[in-house]
Amino acid sequence: MQRVVLILSAVLVLFGLSGTLSTVDAQPEDILQAPSSLEEIVQSLATARRNEIPALVENIAELEDLRRRAFLESMLEGQIYFTREEQRVVRAVRIEDQFQISDSLTGEELGLVGTRAVGRVSVNNSLRRNLRLLIAGIDLEDEEPGIRLSAVEYLVSQAATESRELLLQLRSVESDDSVSLAIEEGLALVDLSSEDPLLRSAALDQLSGNLNNTIRNAIRQVAEGDPDPDVQAKAEDALSSIQNKVELYGYVQTLFFGLSLGSVLLLAAIGLAITFGVMGVINLAHGELIMLGAYTTYVVQQTFPNSIEVSLLIAVPAAFIVSGLFGIAIERGIIRFLYGRPLETLLATFGISLILQQLVRTVFSPQNRPVSNPDWMSGQWQLNEVLAFNYNRLYILIFCIIVFALLSLLLKKTRLGIEVRAVAQNRAMAKAIGVRSGWVDALTFGLGSGLAGIAGVALSQLTNVGPNLGQAYIVDSFMVVVFGGVGNLWGTFYGSFILGITNKIMEPWAGAVIAKILILVFIILFIQKQPKGLFPQKGRGMEE
Amino acid sequence: MQSKSFIIETLQGDTGGRILIAVLLASCLIFPVFNLFVPESSVFHISTYLVTLFGKYLCFALLALALDLAWGYCGILSLGHGAFFALGGYGMGMYLMRQIGDRGVYGDPLLPDFMVFLNWTELPWYWNGFNNFGFAMLMAAFVPGLLAFVFGWLAFRSRVTGVYLSIILQALTYALMLAFFRNEMGFGGNNGLTDFKDIVGFNLQSDVTRAVLFVITGLILIFVYLFCRHIVKSKFGRVVVSIRDAESRMRFIGYKVENYKTSVFVLSALIAGIAGALYVPFVGIINPGEFAPLNSIEIVIWVAIGGRSTLYGAVLGAILVNYAKTRFTAVLPEVWLFALGGLFIFVTLFLPKGLVGFFSDVKEKMRKKA
Repeated sequence: MQRVVLILSAVLVLFGLSGTLSTVDAQPEDILQAPSSLEEIVQSLATARRNEIPALVENIAELEDLRRRAFLESMLEGQIYFTREEQRVVRAVRIEDQFQISDSLTGEELGLVGTRAVGRVSVNNSLRRNLRLLIAGIDLEDEEPGIRLSAVEYLVSQAATESRELLLQLRSVESDDSVSLAIEEGLALVDLSSEDPLLRSAALDQLSGNLNNTIRNAIRQVAEGDPDPDVQAKAEDALSSIQNKVELYGYVQTLFFGLSLGSVLLLAAIGLAITFGVMGVINLAHGELIMLGAYTTYVVQQTFPNSIEVSLLIAVPAAFIVSGLFGIAIERGIIRFLYGRPLETLLATFGISLILQQLVRTVFSPQNRPVSNPDWMSGQWQLNEVLAFNYNRLYILIFCIIVFALLSLLLKKTRLGIEVRAVAQNRAMAKAIGVRSGWVDALTFGLGSGLAGIAGVALSQLTNVGPNLGQAYIVDSFMVVVFGGVGNLWGTFYGSFILGITNKIMEPWAGAVIAKILILVFIILFIQKQPKGLFPQKGRGMEE
Repeated sequence: MQSKSFIIETLQGDTGGRILIAVLLASCLIFPVFNLFVPESSVFHISTYLVTLFGKYLCFALLALALDLAWGYCGILSLGHGAFFALGGYGMGMYLMRQIGDRGVYGDPLLPDFMVFLNWTELPWYWNGFNNFGFAMLMAAFVPGLLAFVFGWLAFRSRVTGVYLSIILQALTYALMLAFFRNEMGFGGNNGLTDFKDIVGFNLQSDVTRAVLFVITGLILIFVYLFCRHIVKSKFGRVVVSIRDAESRMRFIGYKVENYKTSVFVLSALIAGIAGALYVPFVGIINPGEFAPLNSIEIVIWVAIGGRSTLYGAVLGAILVNYAKTRFTAVLPEVWLFALGGLFIFVTLFLPKGLVGFFSDVKEKMRKKA
């Protein structure tokens, strides 16, 4: 228990001095002869005068009672009251016009009382600050290293200016690595403002390259006005090394956003790479098939409102089936009559896209529909102070690569894939050797449309789900396929990532809209130079 | 007399064209007269609303004519004609904007309202000269023509054809839309150009101005129709049709295919630009929405429904589809997109030659029976 006392005194000395010493001075005897059990001190809060409360609170924190943290938390949240009749200290939560009271330590329910029956144990701002520090102090000796770490981080963030000796002592009893590291950083931070240039210099050595904002600001101050020119120069070096690091991580972050945009483009375009690239069908309703996938996600979440966490796992196959079936229906009903007439196909599928858009407007509503992110898709993975990956973007990137890999395998290894490619390369010959080309056409189109549906599930996690969802992606998807080279899955793969990353690199200096326009202009010019895209298909069969 | 014989010669064997011109001439007479001189109480009165509405349709017909020239006769399915139309419209819009003078909300004698709103202090250089009607009209045709020339020169030389061409033209109009939505472009951003007051000194809101505009639009449509008909009947036109049907063969014979295609495309863009310029005074606004890819695709459907490579089919299609659109969106707004989508599918599947082709097929059958 030596550690407990040490830590608490450290905390108190470090942070409590300025705020609480005056009250401590005012009532020295009370503290020295403080009652020893938690119940007693808590009970004394009911009758304590306002200026006695801080001292009592500190007494509570010094006890070795496990219940003290919960009590202090309730106090911090302003939930500690006393009943006027019995002068009993209770925890009270307001429910409309009444208070739900319970025992402040045991949590035993004591029923509802009127607002007049209780009085609040007053907590002002400086006491609140003390409470936070005391709770952090308690957390410092928690068994869980994570809790200790956040406590240290909290303490360091509260501008540590006093006695480095105490931080040194804290360090000697800490066993966990990350907590020790945090303490080291705190120490170095304190050293930065010490009188001794050697200490300041050593601290700079340690902090160089650290990305923490507080630390960066502290170093900047040294770099701007340190009396010792050597230290100042060193601080400038440290600062520039931090700046370099921040810049580097900035690039990594941009790259990540680029990859993420690329993955979205790839998902949106991959179905088109099948229907347009392999079959040569211009499907302007592709965007609406994506939209159907997103609406499927919405329907799945509405049907199983209690299992949002797994809704996406259900939605992916469901969207594949829904969009795939729509695709097959479109192919069998309309497109198959238009093979060899690409311009007419373009018009007819545009008509389909209008009908599908109006269909969801009529069935659902013209407004956007809410699709929720499961918990595992929300939030971000914070690698360090300046670099974070959003989970939804990360998972979609991974998902996109899995889908692409599965599709490549399907086309390479399975019978269906081989038949699809055979029909694409030479329809007459494929028919002659017994491939049912009509059947293959329907399935291929269904596959491409199903992939659009899957893209819709992914997009529902990133953007609004509304009737115009598909329109936003149709031009982009065509650009990707045309850029990458028609009839070539890898072309689509590289095309989408190249376009995605280029777009994100250009965005900071050009702005989002200009970046997009420049990309479009670039593709238009690129197509002039290289009409068959990045990876043109070669061979006699490809000449029209 | 020479011009008369020219017209007769041009319309030889073009029954549809003759009917069309007769109808157009008649409407140029009927609409203004029945609007201006027949009292409102009379059943025969044609309201200014209808004059404006049909004036708009005539502009669309002109636009459809432009597309039919490129698509029907040269095989260039442009999904970007809306861009040429809108650019022409902006040319007219800029002229009308300058005519507002100090009657704007902010009363600035030089700067249009939106520029004052953006705290601009001087007119961007590209707005200079647009207070002159002749210059503005020249630009309204020249800028779309120039864009078409640059684009066509690049695209046709590298033999970008068919679907690829359609898609990158769509990307072009999409990019222009994004650009014109930006306030920094100096074209009024999102809101576009509006609040026009008068045109060459005449109040835009007055019935007489509207009627005159209607007549001018009708006459221009007739003139452009004759011009297009003349072109497609000429040797040049025959070469262009051959290029549509067998591009490689024409190239092997020794024709400079890309020059022919670029010429037709530029011509078509010029006409689209003129159509856009005529359109703006009728509707009183031009905004970036005109660049939307959907608009360009709608033009294609007008031509497809009317019947392509007939010229008069395009005019018929534009007027019919737009009339249907006006009716539908007024009565059953939800149904319009269903109907339009259905039309696309129906026409491509069952009426590959459009309405005009359908009627001539029916006539053919009747004749055989008889």
